[in-house]
Amino acid sequence: MPGNKQMNKFIFDFNEKSEDYVTPVKTGIIRPNHMVRQQPLGLPQVSEVSLVRHFTNLSRKNFGVDNGFYPLGSCTMKYNPKINEKIASLKDFTEPHPLMDEDLIQGHLEMLYEMEQFLKEISGMAGITFQPSAGAHGEITGIILIKAFHNHHKDIDRKKIIVPDSSHGTNPATASIAGFEVVEIKSNPEGLVDLTELEKVLDDQVAALMLTNPNTLGLFEKHILKISKMVHDVGGLLYYDGANLNPLFGRVKIADMGFDVVHFNLHKSFSTPHGGGGPGAGPVGVNKKIMSFLPVPLIKKKDDRYTFDYNVRHSIGKMRSFYGNFNVILKSYFYILSLGLEGLRSVSEKAILNANYLKNQLSRLLELPYKNHCMHEFVLSGKTLNQWGLHTIDLAKRLIDYGYHPPTVYFPLIVDEAIMIEPTETESKETLDTFARDLERILKEAKSDPDKLKKAPHSTPVGRLDEVTAARQPIVTYDEYKDQLRTSNLEPRT
Amino acid sequence: MEIKDSLLYTPSHEWLKKENGSGIVGITDYAQNQLGDIVFIEMPEVGKTYAKGESFGSIESVKAVSDLYAPVDFEVVQVNDTLSSSPELVNKDPYGQGWMLKIKIKDDSQVNQLLKSEDYKKSISS
Repeated sequence: MPGNKQMNKFIFDFNEKSEDYVTPVKTGIIRPNHMVRQQPLGLPQVSEVSLVRHFTNLSRKNFGVDNGFYPLGSCTMKYNPKINEKIASLKDFTEPHPLMDEDLIQGHLEMLYEMEQFLKEISGMAGITFQPSAGAHGEITGIILIKAFHNHHKDIDRKKIIVPDSSHGTNPATASIAGFEVVEIKSNPEGLVDLTELEKVLDDQVAALMLTNPNTLGLFEKHILKISKMVHDVGGLLYYDGANLNPLFGRVKIADMGFDVVHFNLHKSFSTPHGGGGPGAGPVGVNKKIMSFLPVPLIKKKDDRYTFDYNVRHSIGKMRSFYGNFNVILKSYFYILSLGLEGLRSVSEKAILNANYLKNQLSRLLELPYKNHCMHEFVLSGKTLNQWGLHTIDLAKRLIDYGYHPPTVYFPLIVDEAIMIEPTETESKETLDTFARDLERILKEAKSDPDKLKKAPHSTPVGRLDEVTAARQPIVTYDEYKDQLRTSNLEPRT
Repeated sequence: MEIKDSLLYTPSHEWLKKENGSGIVGITDYAQNQLGDIVFIEMPEVGKTYAKGESFGSIESVKAVSDLYAPVDFEVVQVNDTLSSSPELVNKDPYGQGWMLKIKIKDDSQVNQLLKSEDYKKSISS
């Protein structure tokens, strides 16, 4: 039986013949003879108890926000309140089928309608689509909307999308996939959009500027009103990447900063499980001028009845089947309801306070390249590790041994040896202090015993992974793994 | 960090070796060191033309993906195909086996605008 430090064997490697043991309860359905499969399906041969142990042991090796501090910058790994799960697992929500008649799902439509009102209130936008499945899907939806808007106005020469050099990688990727040319602009010494650089690239070919505010350095773009005026003056639109929305609740409305389109990461800002813990949801909000392009269907309320509205004049069509990740939207809806306006305001306040507190603690230990007050996250540099022949990656790996999920590293690209930390509002001062103390201990180890970091992690089933070979010669299927076993001296798992 | 006196450089860390009207392009030792282990390089097709400063490809390491920028206006004459199966050559030998393109230089006057080794050295130490 593998302990926490050993690898599990693969489920396909079990060979437990069913005649050898007793299965407590046999379940099954009775099928007509002609529908019974003649050849076995090739499923793993495993007893019920071995199966339970297999997955239980795997789950013990998992790391989530329920195991420990998870300060993964830009990902907002806040605690996911358990009551959200409880509500979302009620059979009233899990059993309805998306093809059911509107009359039978009035409550569900009401929830979507109300959630739309909440997101409009929070962002100041005029319309919302719930279709996108996650953040990047929201981004592509938003940029397709912008393209549709320009095309509709016969403004077809707008082929450029501007992104700052600190932007999330999904921004230029989205622009490229949507057929635009990406123009990157350098940040200024403060880490903000450089207005002179922006001025240089603005012309009548600009379709949009994509921005997240606060930006990926955790800094608020204080010239945002000027920036939005500059972009609008040449006929471009402003796209808001909602990944960094957490510090703005009840304080800044996205529409008031001049943005035309926004995607929300419900799984980040509104507390639903993500990062392998569950699917995301990336609703998109738009202002009045883009309303008529939204995907269908929207939810309409007339008197006390809710209906699907497929009548959207210039709709871009559908971005996925049905109505988005309903249960994720439901959990976020409940999160907003349970906190209320004051609660949401305090989410943002505590997120900012926690980040600044931890930033001040850690800036005594590591270099802080941009020194202004941060919003919900901040970026340090691990350059000081270089003197002992170490890098940020070594520090990150050693944090695993101390029971933390490592922060985001080597992003944003404009900071050398970057470490990006986002504590979120749900962490206590005690947790932050302990993290700072542990980081201090690791830096002492770096000096006295650099190998300890170089070879970390030590507490996991496998130590330092060979990222280079994994990228150059990935083994991604069980069959490839089997081939590898035959041809190399790889140890089989037992 | 090796910087060769015989080459010309861009602030975005490409090098150019000039031979009559043609040239060879790669990335510098400093650049490969900053990127870390390179796992994938996207190269242009032979015959394509690029304007100075335009992205002609991209390079991916375990840490990041970066664009490769044209040092001058050029046409692609030959591509180092070995890099598709052995991108690590750029790490091992950035000025030799890790070369990326052979090019036809379109505008000789742009060559004079590139950085000399001394200036490039200054630009990366600042």
